Amino acid sequence: METLTTIVEYAVVLAVLFGVVFCLLGALGLVRMPDVYLRSHAATKSATLGVLCVLAGAFLYFALFEGHISAKLLLGILFVFLTSPVAGHLNGRAAYRSGVKLWRRSVRDDWEKALQQKEKGASSQENVRQ
Amino acid sequence: MAFQLLLNMLLSITWMFLNNDWTAAGFIIGFALGLLILIAFRRFFHQPLYVKKMWAIVKLLLIFTKELFVSSFAVAKHVVSPKLNMRPGIFTFRTVLQSDWEVTILACLICLTPGTLTLEISRDSRTLFIHAMDIEDADELAEQIKLSFERAILEVRHA
Repeated sequence: METLTTIVEYAVVLAVLFGVVFCLLGALGLVRMPDVYLRSHAATKSATLGVLCVLAGAFLYFALFEGHISAKLLLGILFVFLTSPVAGHLNGRAAYRSGVKLWRRSVRDDWEKALQQKEKGASSQENVRQ
Repeated sequence: MAFQLLLNMLLSITWMFLNNDWTAAGFIIGFALGLLILIAFRRFFHQPLYVKKMWAIVKLLLIFTKELFVSSFAVAKHVVSPKLNMRPGIFTFRTVLQSDWEVTILACLICLTPGTLTLEISRDSRTLFIHAMDIEDADELAEQIKLSFERAILEVRHA
């Protein structure tokens, strides 16, 4: 029993520490990355994993030391897991739609081509109508 | 699948009625026995047994978790490296998935893969525009997505 408690103690400490380090890396990424899209990479991935690890650590702590199974923490993990990729997607999409440029060292942009083609198609249709 | 699950629960409740045993343990035993009955009578169902689909969903969740870890490490590596030597870009990805929820799950999974972010899904939801952090070889990246995620989602559909 004694050793089990020690193992769980270390697991909790490691989970929380890991989560905090990843949150820090996500924040660093926000500062260092050159454009919106790359920042959104850092914010969606590292920060999500960081928050999940901290929540999991808190859940383990309450489950084993206080004897309290917190379903709210589990639900929190689930919700963060589900919503953060969607938030990243919407941020990136809104930025692109409102004309935020990619980083100057970006190598290709297929979407721009597709949008131009679509516009061309729309304008040619207008001409036909007129 | 939902019909089979409902049937299994109904059998379990019948078992509880027969024993007059209204506990969680009684429900679980009834559920296991009901599952055996469903397995025995599986040739009368039009669809395969629901356990198979459940297993495919669990596998998809495991892939989700694994990719989250891998991608976090990949992004962290880029963040702490002293020089920014990545080559970002947007590439297109054609998917074979059809229904809305399948494309949604695929887009969410792509948002969590190493260095990719879904930017736009075309109107007919066949083409995805994906922003990649390091676009060395877009075809290889697309192939990887196809092999891991699309296959797992298709497995859920067919199971």
